[in-house]
Amino acid sequence: MTELRVSYTLDSTLETVDSAEQTASRIAAESGFDEDVVMQISMAVREAAVNAVLHGNAYDPEKKVKLEFERTGSDLVITIRDQGKGLDLAKIPDPLAPENLLKTSGRGIFLIRSFMDEVQIVPSQTGTAIKLVKHVHGSSGNVKEASQ
Amino acid sequence: MSMKTSTRQVDGVTIVDCSGRITLGEGSVILRDAVRELLSKGQKKILLNLGEVTYIDSSGIGELVSAFTTVRNQGGELKLLNLTKKVHDLLQITKLYTVFDVRDDEASAVKAFN
Repeated sequence: MTELRVSYTLDSTLETVDSAEQTASRIAAESGFDEDVVMQISMAVREAAVNAVLHGNAYDPEKKVKLEFERTGSDLVITIRDQGKGLDLAKIPDPLAPENLLKTSGRGIFLIRSFMDEVQIVPSQTGTAIKLVKHVHGSSGNVKEASQ
Repeated sequence: MSMKTSTRQVDGVTIVDCSGRITLGEGSVILRDAVRELLSKGQKKILLNLGEVTYIDSSGIGELVSAFTTVRNQGGELKLLNLTKKVHDLLQITKLYTVFDVRDDEASAVKAFN
């Protein structure tokens, strides 16, 4: 498997959400994941991007979303950072609790955790970083670096 | 592919054929507007045919829940028809599969409305 590091700095818009999803889908497919796993990865990234754009940066045009992909021989690691006030993990409800089942929101983080092998959420006063890991198989090769 | 809906009547039931993506933004809004329009016309037996829905995110799931509760609160019924594997799996892991009345045959789904 060819190693890869690529990062994107994106505006706080709905277009960013779609772009993040599409980029994740492409990179996951190129990494050799099967169709179902590609969908899981792209959906996890979409949900993380939604959180960054809506809840983190609150569509603020001055704030950016940074999306990073790193593919090693054993993992696909995706990090999404926003510049918001920092996610309060204690306030995330359990969407599977009976009292929350019919709520119309609050499933994003749950879906991310369901679809990825490892999830780290690091909130701070200058924003939230969410790191998503999916394990892959393959050998390492050249490292490409790019930035947009 | 953006979200599209079309409606048809079968034995007093309004079938909403949905296609495309039910996601944050336009897709969710189109579904919300379609259900609201039916309710405003007194059409409260609604069968959402999701057979051509290619993608749904957490916002889309929330919109399905909203449609379900909105219709129910107005004394109506909303059922789901022809889930794709992706949508089926999402409803399973979110424990919503048992909340919705999910059908895979249109004729029997129509008959199931009171």
